[in-house]
Amino acid sequence: MAIAEVKFSALLFGLSGVLRLMGSRHPRFARRLAGRNLTAQMRTADYAVARHFTFQDGRVRSGRGLHAAPDITVTVANAELGLKLFRLRPDHLERVEAMKNFQLQAEGPDDLVVWFTQTLNMIPTLFWKYGTDLGNGVTRYVSNTNGGPVFVHVKNGRILRITPIEFDTSDAPSWSIEARGRRFVPPRQTTVAPHTMCAKSTIYSTGRLLYPMKRVDFDPNGERNCGNRGISGYERISWDEALNIVASEIKRVKRDFGPGAIMGTHGSHHTWGNIGYYISAAYRFFNAIGTTKVVHNPDSWEGWYWGAMHHYGYSMRLGQVETYGLVEDLLKEAEMVVFWSADPETTSGSYAAFEGTSRRQWLRELGIEVVHIDPYYNHTAALLGGKWIAPRPGTDAAMAMAIAHVWISEGLYDKKFVAERCVGFELWRDYLLGNQDGVPKTPEWQEAETGVPAREVRALARRWGSSKTYLGAGGWGNGHGGACRSATGIQWARALACLMAMQGMGRPGVNYGLLQWGTPIDLNFSFPGYSDGGMSGDVEGTAIALSLYLRMPQLPTFNPPTQKVPRLRIPEAILEGHAEGYPWDGKTIEGQFQKFTYPKTGHAPVQMLYKYGGASIGTMTDTNRYVKAYRTDKLPFVVNQSIWFEGEAKFADILLPACSSFERWDISEFGGTGGYALHGQTQMNHRVVLMQHKCIEPLGESKSDFQIFTELASRLGLGTYFCEGMSELDWVKRMFDASDLPKHITWKKFLKKGYYVVPVPAENRRHPPALRWFYEGRKKDVPEPHPLPGDYTEQYLEGLQTQSGKFEFECSSLKRFDPDDPERPPIVKYLPSWEGCHSPLHGRYPLQLISPHSRFSYHTMSDGKESAINEIREHRVLVNGYYYWVIRINAQDAAERAIALNDLVLVHNERGAIVCAARVTERLPRGVVHSYSSSAVYDPMGDPGYSVDRGGCVNQLTPKRSIAKQVMGTAANSCLVQVVRWDGSSGQWSASVAATEMEAAS
Amino acid sequence: MKKWNLVIDVAKCFNCNCCTLACHDEYGGNEFPGYAAEMPKLGHRWIDIEQRETGRRPMVEVSYLPVMCNHCDNPPCLEAAKDGAVVKRADGIVLIVPEKAVGQRQIVDACPYGAVFWNDEKQLPQAWPFDAHLLDAGWTRTRGSQVCPTQAMRTLHVTDEEMTRLAQTEVLEVRSPERGTQPRVYYRHLDRLRSVFIGGALSGVLAGILECIAEARIRLMHGGKALAEKRSDTFGEFRFSGLAPDSGAYTLHIEVAGFREKLIEVQLHRDSVCLDAIELEAAGAPPAAVTAHEPTTA
Repeated sequence: MAIAEVKFSALLFGLSGVLRLMGSRHPRFARRLAGRNLTAQMRTADYAVARHFTFQDGRVRSGRGLHAAPDITVTVANAELGLKLFRLRPDHLERVEAMKNFQLQAEGPDDLVVWFTQTLNMIPTLFWKYGTDLGNGVTRYVSNTNGGPVFVHVKNGRILRITPIEFDTSDAPSWSIEARGRRFVPPRQTTVAPHTMCAKSTIYSTGRLLYPMKRVDFDPNGERNCGNRGISGYERISWDEALNIVASEIKRVKRDFGPGAIMGTHGSHHTWGNIGYYISAAYRFFNAIGTTKVVHNPDSWEGWYWGAMHHYGYSMRLGQVETYGLVEDLLKEAEMVVFWSADPETTSGSYAAFEGTSRRQWLRELGIEVVHIDPYYNHTAALLGGKWIAPRPGTDAAMAMAIAHVWISEGLYDKKFVAERCVGFELWRDYLLGNQDGVPKTPEWQEAETGVPAREVRALARRWGSSKTYLGAGGWGNGHGGACRSATGIQWARALACLMAMQGMGRPGVNYGLLQWGTPIDLNFSFPGYSDGGMSGDVEGTAIALSLYLRMPQLPTFNPPTQKVPRLRIPEAILEGHAEGYPWDGKTIEGQFQKFTYPKTGHAPVQMLYKYGGASIGTMTDTNRYVKAYRTDKLPFVVNQSIWFEGEAKFADILLPACSSFERWDISEFGGTGGYALHGQTQMNHRVVLMQHKCIEPLGESKSDFQIFTELASRLGLGTYFCEGMSELDWVKRMFDASDLPKHITWKKFLKKGYYVVPVPAENRRHPPALRWFYEGRKKDVPEPHPLPGDYTEQYLEGLQTQSGKFEFECSSLKRFDPDDPERPPIVKYLPSWEGCHSPLHGRYPLQLISPHSRFSYHTMSDGKESAINEIREHRVLVNGYYYWVIRINAQDAAERAIALNDLVLVHNERGAIVCAARVTERLPRGVVHSYSSSAVYDPMGDPGYSVDRGGCVNQLTPKRSIAKQVMGTAANSCLVQVVRWDGSSGQWSASVAATEMEAAS
Repeated sequence: MKKWNLVIDVAKCFNCNCCTLACHDEYGGNEFPGYAAEMPKLGHRWIDIEQRETGRRPMVEVSYLPVMCNHCDNPPCLEAAKDGAVVKRADGIVLIVPEKAVGQRQIVDACPYGAVFWNDEKQLPQAWPFDAHLLDAGWTRTRGSQVCPTQAMRTLHVTDEEMTRLAQTEVLEVRSPERGTQPRVYYRHLDRLRSVFIGGALSGVLAGILECIAEARIRLMHGGKALAEKRSDTFGEFRFSGLAPDSGAYTLHIEVAGFREKLIEVQLHRDSVCLDAIELEAAGAPPAAVTAHEPTTA
């Protein structure tokens, strides 16, 4: 026997002793060992070494040599490899390579293999300790959410309280910025968003799904009664029954129809974590079973992605520019900040809680002038004050063009920059001056469109053109949300990009921002963001190939079907059997031009929907469509894996209860997005990397998404492939090891304390301000690995991503794509909204509805389900025992309709009708109503999909039409409605009457 | 000795409601014997935020007022309570002792601020107990203070003398001081909840085009006296804040080079006045009479 064989044999012998010893010392491990009865055999391929382990009622017996009838067998190519792969700290690359090269194989029932390998991997974890003892039986754990990281105090297995994280003296010091003789320092703690501050109320909500359920009249082997989805009730079933039904349906539709018959889809951002989140475990599972992918539109970027990108590139940021170092530049240099369709105090930088809020307080201290352009007198305006300009929704592009007109007429722009760093200006200038269409785009011209007095636009243009001004566009400052999600969103983003080029973007004090992005934190420290792929192995659908794969080798995954359905066209794909779209693909500018259609040649029609989360009715457009798509035989099977029983979860055949992120392990960074929002951590005052402790056990019979996927995959023989024989906690440790954390903190300390604050760089080592290199005509010097090297036209790192390498007022990419597209011509032109004041429907539906992201909930997260935020009067109002969604209406518009504060009103158009509580206000101009999107509650008062909803899903009213014909984007903020007092009946609106009205009007 | 006080800056509150949610988090599903029984899942607002809007487009002001138990030094609830159900601690905190207050609805009725809530299920009056169980365990800030993103809510542990001094230097007020309840919850910029403003936007024709008139000198006259003076901004706008509602007649005296001096009389009623289109006449044009303004909205 070779030495390696002796050693491997001894290792296996030792293993049997360790299993018994650990079982006797650790009750948790003893329980684990008692979980299965089986005989597992481990051997080398040549039978030189073999040992079997028999697990019987918690006892472990082991014997040398081959077993006559093992339940499972793990085979390793040879003893040398065996020694490497089964040591205490194996090299994951070696393990993955061994699996890929058939040097490590397993035979036998997959669930037993998963159990055996996870059990072996559990041994080192038995010594791990986590959490901080606070005395009195209280332990402090750490978690992270999309509304900020938190301390979680737990007593007797129950969450006592959830608080922001206050740093201690051992945490790294904060940065400071000196500007205009003052020194600014951020608070020594993290902030939380309201949708996180209320988390405990939703974790312990009676709205939780605690058991697997089956719709009572769904029989997979008989009548399915799909039309009853949303009407019929549910009965509790066992996990085995639920998973067996889902597994057999997966097999059935693939067998009977072929590739693509399963559609897999997830909501946006319903939890947080690099392992258990959707761009991780869910992607790995969906790829493993092969699915028709639902293609999301770039719904927060829209106008920037489809429009502004063509002027300056930044496709890898989906059309939003870099933002490095801009907090310091703004504080030191800027004289004015223009917030344009930007309400960061409501949108929280998506995942940045209120981190930017304390910084924006400094604007007041420095006396920097602020202007807010938004039809709604938003919360940022109300807090900061300043000039409020309220254009009619969807007309902002006209105002932007008039500003450019003033600059051209009065010479108030950076002529040197325009001459040296831009191309195509003359063509756009001629358009603005009216040389092409005879219509000069003057402040007077825009007044007819926007309703904003010409003199105000002229005053703004002069002030802007003669002082160093930051443009804070959208919630992030460089775009995101708001006006970019409207029929004119492309024009708006493009026009704003052109304004910034005219002012010399990158000049000191002239840039994109509103103190939201660009804090001076360390970006050389590597910790992957959620879109860097986690454990997905998805080298095609995530940023894993770029950012993580080299650091965290894992079995790669690929999705065999290439059939896709646009998320906004799921109903059409199901009901009409046809859909088309344009992709969200940021690798190059041209990615977005590649039109796709459903069904795809050679693929099966969708027969089954695997829905992960439950948000469509509250978050998509014209969402009665989704309800109708559920209620049809054309979709024979729907499984929904959800934490709460809400929204479209009520339209499933089988419900799989997932636990919340507080009930499972994970690891992540505060606002660490990665991917298309690279270095989004600069929204934070501190880089905080967090352990997401499993604070409490999963409630009821709920399980982590990872666990559900593992068990389902095991029924398809894919369990070992899915989890690589590891538990969530093992994967968390792998992620820790893959990051720069081990260079700074031990696993033991990190696991126990639960977070690490990344030290800040010295002041002289801070990253230079964004775009300064471009303004000054130098090589790119910010830590941004974009665009792709092949996308530079001349010299690497010189110039922008555009064909000319310059800012293009006339976009060469659009000229190449379709120079005659009236909606997206090579230079930006004004085209009135297709659903606005000029629309034929305006007479019948005279109010423009804007529906931005909610201030207190996040998508559908934290709304409804007995959440504490229901008590916030700006969120929901309790009337006659029911919590109604709020709509805001101008005081005169309300008076004309005899509507007073908290009156219940019917908000309707031809697409749907909802009941809301009215908030009568002067914060809106006449003709505009404002109600947040993303109600989690869909509560039809009659036939689902065809009746009045009192849950508040305003998304039923918004148009399904794409922003433009040759893009696929939401124009939710272009929406005409009528508002009347509600008479209390469910018959006040009916789909058929509304359809007739629509016909009469058009 | 040092006592607990809360100081809230109304100008910094922007209605994020994190303090109200932290209160729900602390008392929802939890009970702290001697301090507080569990808060009902929905229906109680131990910390609440009132809001007030004044003005009209384009000049609107929105203010928020976080309200809660005031922990009065002369608490009416204590007077109303029987069997020691309400205690005033030496550190200033007023507690409704859950074990002793069952059935005492009069405690709810006694609070002039409406800060005590009735728990139907437990038949118990309940109010925000200043997170006393946490402070007693060593916390230095209340949950609301800790979570406030603008630091609008400060927890102060100081002597009464020091608090009096702070109240003077920071111009702090309490709610309804005339009731003599002597609250320990203080407010900065409380004036924003009741005062109104007179604002306007100046325009005038320059080189044949109607423009915003910046840098005009505007004086606000009241009862024959000049109250304040402002310069119009980039957009020709000016605003005199902090005026008392229903305070009668004011005169705006507007001067700027190149235009005729203009006097506008304003009658201040309940709400603010926003004169969003004051057109100045070029110097040399025939003099106009004093314009009187009546607000169109009540």
